[in-house]
Amino acid sequence: MDFRLNEEQQMLQDTVARLVRGEYSFEKRLEFSETELGFSADFWRQLSELGLTAVPFSEELGGFGGGGVEVQSVMAELGRGLCLEPYMQSVILGGGLIGQAGNDRQKENWLAGIASGELKAAVGLQEPQSYYDLNNVETRAEKNGEGYLLNGRKAVVIGGHCADLIIVSARTSGNSDSADGISLFAFSPDTDGVERRTYPTIDGAKGCDITLTNVQVGADALLGDEGQAGSVIEYQAGRAIAALCAEAVGVMEMANELTLDYLKQRKQFGVPIGKFQVLQHRMVDMMSELEQARSMAILAASVADSEQSDERRRVLAAAKNVIGRAGQFISEAGIQSHGGIGMTWEYNFAHYAKRLIAINHQLGDDDFHLERYAALLQAS
Amino acid sequence: MNMNYTAEELAFRDEVRAFLDEKLPADIAAKVKGFRRLSKEDHLRWQQILCKQGWYATHWPEEYGGVKWTPVQKHIWDEESCRYGVPRSIPFGVNMVAPVIIKFGNDAQKQHYLPRILSGEDWWCQGYSEPGAGSDLASLKTRAVRDGDHYIVNGQKTWTTLGQHANMIFCLVRTNTEVKNQEGISFLLIDMNTPGITVRPIITLDGEHEVNEVFFEDVKVPVENLVGEEDKGWTYAKFLLTYERTGLAGIGMSKAALSHLKQLASRRMKNGKPLIEDPSFSQRIAKVEIDLTAAAISNLRIIASVEGGGVPGAESSMLKVKGTEIRQAINDLARRAIGPYALPFVEEELDLAYDGEFLSDENAAPLSAQYFNNRKLSIFGGSNEIQKNIVSKMILGL
Ligand SMILES: Cc1cc2nc3c(=O)[nH]c(=O)nc-3n(C[C@H](O)[C@H](O)[C@H](O)COP(=O)(O)OP(=O)(O)OC[C@H]3O[C@@H](n4cnc5c(N)ncnc54)[C@H](O)[C@@H]3O)c2cc1C
Ligand SMILES: Cc1cc2nc3c(=O)[nH]c(=O)nc-3n(C[C@H](O)[C@H](O)[C@H](O)COP(=O)(O)OP(=O)(O)OC[C@H]3O[C@@H](n4cnc5c(N)ncnc54)[C@H](O)[C@@H]3O)c2cc1C
Repeated sequence: MDFRLNEEQQMLQDTVARLVRGEYSFEKRLEFSETELGFSADFWRQLSELGLTAVPFSEELGGFGGGGVEVQSVMAELGRGLCLEPYMQSVILGGGLIGQAGNDRQKENWLAGIASGELKAAVGLQEPQSYYDLNNVETRAEKNGEGYLLNGRKAVVIGGHCADLIIVSARTSGNSDSADGISLFAFSPDTDGVERRTYPTIDGAKGCDITLTNVQVGADALLGDEGQAGSVIEYQAGRAIAALCAEAVGVMEMANELTLDYLKQRKQFGVPIGKFQVLQHRMVDMMSELEQARSMAILAASVADSEQSDERRRVLAAAKNVIGRAGQFISEAGIQSHGGIGMTWEYNFAHYAKRLIAINHQLGDDDFHLERYAALLQAS
Repeated sequence: MNMNYTAEELAFRDEVRAFLDEKLPADIAAKVKGFRRLSKEDHLRWQQILCKQGWYATHWPEEYGGVKWTPVQKHIWDEESCRYGVPRSIPFGVNMVAPVIIKFGNDAQKQHYLPRILSGEDWWCQGYSEPGAGSDLASLKTRAVRDGDHYIVNGQKTWTTLGQHANMIFCLVRTNTEVKNQEGISFLLIDMNTPGITVRPIITLDGEHEVNEVFFEDVKVPVENLVGEEDKGWTYAKFLLTYERTGLAGIGMSKAALSHLKQLASRRMKNGKPLIEDPSFSQRIAKVEIDLTAAAISNLRIIASVEGGGVPGAESSMLKVKGTEIRQAINDLARRAIGPYALPFVEEELDLAYDGEFLSDENAAPLSAQYFNNRKLSIFGGSNEIQKNIVSKMILGL
């Protein structure tokens, strides 16, 4: 048994780490976050030039068929830098959905662009009433002579504000919470009837709600078979969960490093506050939560690209549950150990804390995944 | 044992309710209940209404314009005002510096400052903490050197809540460096408009401007602004801290936040049902409500003992820890209740004047920000670690 990265994986991770260190200082991140785009177009271009946006794709698309571990290497470093670019949304989730469900033409049209970073995809799977349940879809797609007519609203689409391609789930048949009857559609956000309400998010990124009013798309917008997208969405959301777990580990590493440094530097009562046992033990707990999270992120990466099974489902639910809990613990314990300074915008710790809480609200929080896991306890 | 209010106390509660029904401005209550931003003007408008009723200065003797409420009456006021959406009173003038001036100040100070606090003419802020002196407050370094009729003040205060609105600051300053830390501190009242004072905002993690840094460069403060004796400020500060600590448990505010959470959870949907019918979420709410019930009774026990002539001691430290944990747990649940909508931060919706369409439930916008902002509850007013140190020393003898 060997948990080390192989040489290529290590090189990959080092490349991303160098890039993030060079380009993503905390001050620059605050600037990127304030722009209309909400991230750095230049950094995105560099990710693409180094082939990093192509990591999970095939060689024809300029990638090297990277699996869960390669994605993990990239995401962990993006997490350490609190990078705002829509890597997970476009490359992992958008690229994944098209790669799994798209026909040859759709792949030809879109995958090369996503892999090269020229085309940014955003994915809308949630709705105002859906909570985290991706089968809860009320957006309707009605078949007509020219293709489909879409009506409904997709909630909290991170990266949707600047996407060149929007992928949404919509119901072609079935009840509003049934896994059957869900279809996927990919289209330009400039299509008539698409309205985006853009907002910043608590963790410094940007997203939007997308209202679809009589949006007419062609038959070629349908990704995969009509009504059969439920399992595709579940599978690709699983890959995205593994990616988020990896990112979270990077965020936690930095949060812990910053806290430990502070415990050594900050003096009160004539000694470094790290001399107080209550803070020592809390720091130890932060470290062990990180190790729990790291183990689960590794496990999640190892199943991210394997065939769907109840075991894969269980692992991903477990990983997201652990990440959610560990993330909240590290966020709150870290702020507390910093005292007032941990509450400020100007110092970087709070931004790590906010990202950790935000990750818990993406693709299901710890409670949601605990329930999923419990429901799978007895499945073979 | 009798855990019920007396007939007089019930009558008082009716009186409070009648007053709030009639006099609390609806727009202000709406802001408080919806967790929107309050302006300085909102605070002052409400203060004037309270003053007219004679209910603003509940810690003061009647001769200075205070009202003589029993601890139970204060408690009733606290509960009802949280329920009705009364703005949190800005404590620095009326509940902090005023009791110090009343107990330790001279007549001239009482005559000058107390009426100005009642009228809202002076807005006070608290200048205790410094960059190097947080939990270890007594290590503060801001210097005040006597020069004829003045003190010359140099140094820096930080975390000064609402200092941007204030025209007066009460400061702990070092007047003697030759003695033990606690023994060389004085209590000074400083006009914020004095040359040499600079106020710089500190933006908190939720994007709010609530705290500030205050810099002092050769600031001339008349000696008559010294409260009590030189070098005795630590005694006055400690007197004030006991005032600060009671009430920090925030039981009334937790009750209001809990009732908001329950409304929220009965509107938000999960699996096609209101969240409050979801087994795991309803149990989470139940657990925090049970904890709050227990803390509320503990609070009443402290109040009853104070009513009987006792002094709130380290028990209030214990209650501060519990109370802040409970409020933070409620904030955590409110953020969880909105699921994916915890992510958007639509700042304009925090403004009561906002008349656009709400992205989600109209109460969703402030919930994540509030969760983050209230991490402060376990840090300020003596961090929860410091409170536990006090309990282990004072009660347990460790
Ligand atoms: C079921 C059982 C089997 C055992 N088997 C063996 C055996 O086979 N061989 C053997 O040699 N011993 C054995 N032990 C003894 C065991 O190693 C000791 O109990 C242990 O080292 C703790 O010592 P103590 O009981 O004297 O507690 P103490 O050391 O007195 O500790 C009391 C409490 O104080 C805490 N504490 C002490 N110092 C600190 C500190 N610096 N900071 C914070 N907290 C502190 C401890 O964590 C504990 O909570 C056994 C004990 C048990 C209960
Ligand atoms: C929002 C906000 C508003 C505030 N408003 C005001 C104000 O208006 N006026 C004012 O004067 N101050 C104000 N404060 C300051 C507040 O009182 C301090 O933040 C608080 O005293 C803690 O100090 P610190 O931030 O320097 O943290 P530190 O004292 O550096 O503490 C860092 C960590 O170390 C822990 N620690 C420190 N000493 C010990 C110990 N002996 N044992 C165990 N653990 C320890 C702390 O509990 C904390 O977890 C405010 C703070 C905040 C966050």
